Amino acid sequence: MLGDAMFGSKMFRRTVVRYWRSLRSFWGAALAAEMEYQINLLIELLATGGNLAGSLFVLSLFYRSGHGLGGWSWEAALVVLGMYTVLDGIASTLLQPNLSTIVGHVQNGSLDYVLLKPIDSQFWLSLRTFSPWGLPGIVLGLVLVVVGAILAGATPSLQDVLLTGLMLICGCLILYSLWFILAATSIWFVKVWNATEVLRSFLAAGRYPISAYPIGLRLFFTVVLPVAFLTTVPAEALLGRASFSWLAASGLVAILSLLASRWFWTFALRFYTSASS
Amino acid sequence: MAIVDVRGLSKTFRVADKQPGLGGTLRHFVQRRHRLVPAVQDINISIEAGEIVGFLGPNGAGKTTTLKMLTGLIHPSAGSVRVAGHEPFRRQADFLRQITLVMGQKQQLIWDLPPLDSLRVHAAVYGIDTAESKRRITELADMLELDEELTRPVRKLSLGQRMKAELMAALLHQPAVLFLDEPTLGLDVNAQVRVRSFLADYNRRTGATVLLTSHYMGDITALCERVLLIHQGRLFYDGSLEGLTDRLAPCRQVRLELRHALPAQMFESYGSLESQNGNEVRLLIERDQLTRQVGRLLADFDVCDLEVNDPPVEEIIGQLFRQRDAT
Repeated sequence: MLGDAMFGSKMFRRTVVRYWRSLRSFWGAALAAEMEYQINLLIELLATGGNLAGSLFVLSLFYRSGHGLGGWSWEAALVVLGMYTVLDGIASTLLQPNLSTIVGHVQNGSLDYVLLKPIDSQFWLSLRTFSPWGLPGIVLGLVLVVVGAILAGATPSLQDVLLTGLMLICGCLILYSLWFILAATSIWFVKVWNATEVLRSFLAAGRYPISAYPIGLRLFFTVVLPVAFLTTVPAEALLGRASFSWLAASGLVAILSLLASRWFWTFALRFYTSASS
Repeated sequence: MAIVDVRGLSKTFRVADKQPGLGGTLRHFVQRRHRLVPAVQDINISIEAGEIVGFLGPNGAGKTTTLKMLTGLIHPSAGSVRVAGHEPFRRQADFLRQITLVMGQKQQLIWDLPPLDSLRVHAAVYGIDTAESKRRITELADMLELDEELTRPVRKLSLGQRMKAELMAALLHQPAVLFLDEPTLGLDVNAQVRVRSFLADYNRRTGATVLLTSHYMGDITALCERVLLIHQGRLFYDGSLEGLTDRLAPCRQVRLELRHALPAQMFESYGSLESQNGNEVRLLIERDQLTRQVGRLLADFDVCDLEVNDPPVEEIIGQLFRQRDAT
């Protein structure tokens, strides 16, 4: 019994080491491939900067005319915008480069090669590459979060900061799962006619605090497309105004959507392996 | 025990049926009709470790579908498959480590990077440590005559070099069973010859089993002692390449060049006359009659030149498929 357990744990450790080595080799190769195109960094920096400036300008319009947004002060709204920028950066770094290739894998049949590797296919498809050009967005977003929090006079404890990080991770997982499920439908529709782009434009709603939206949309962005958990909840956690129920809901939604993406992928693969030729 | 064991294997696809034209399109959109298409029907194959087997058949015969069932990419509709002691469609890691699939028209190397970067990724995925992967890369590069190509971006390699690099990536984990789908597709004659001799060499050195499909008969005649012929999803020949020619082409062609032209009926007792063009006569003579009839021909006529040929394998097989289609 003990021998079995030891053997099992040894196997497990070897598997973890193999996945970790694979991930390092994936990203090493991705970095090398991206570095072939140096000018991208400059373009990406300009694009992120421009985007952020535009969002700041629109946000400032609301406050200049004294409207405000759903009871959020200008400074607190900056934190939400910062969270959005961080998340958008993560999407550009990891989600977009990986998940957008799934359609291509299905179209040109190279998914077969992925399925014949002794490594989990969802792991491969989700983390095979990364684009360093989204990193400036993450950094700019973090700067905005810190500036907004200081201006808003927030004094987060270490616990608040950790909780914020956790909520941001939950947000990423939710976004990833939705995106992955949409991309996986390409097994049936082959051309997922940029449905993922539609998803991304919906996410733009996360630039502003969720309470700024009319009640119907608020419900939609919480229950159907959980945008609320992506930016508003982490911002609330940092500003120390998050309620326990929202935090718990965010964690629960993250776990459930991750499980859903897993289930959906095995379901899609069952279809692929029985119908493709 | 056979390393590849296939019993009663069948695969049926459900495909949508669409009539041409706008009416057909609308009907197709509103009420889709499906029909079942049998791609592979009741195939039995048994391959021993170390064999190189050629898999022949026209386009759409079911070759790729069979290869995909053997590698576990698609589920069989009926029958059983065992490869290297595993059921392929469960795609267990231990099974995947023992096989490889090379598809001539699909590539897996990273386009923007040199092959060595892709090889590093493969080594990590298959859990091969750095020292061992270096050793294997050196060995394979040596066999494939690749050197500085390994540090040049894949997009800058010629088709032949790229195929060799693809083979390297596919063989880094030292699989016991190789499934090769058109590995020489599009390559020039020199590159084809090099890939072929590499495969023969690899098989000799490692004892790996190879199942290969190809449109180039040269690949098959150079590499395979045994061939499988599949047509319309059914296997109808499994045996040696010579056996195939014996069975399908019982006659050999004899070309005579005579000093003087003679009437055709004078040759009737020697074999069946294929053509006559002035002094040149072509006869088809059954194999077991060949020496006797050639002896008679030389004795009875004033022969300047004589040539005995086997019809080309492509022609025999093509003829066979046409016969099958007709019946």
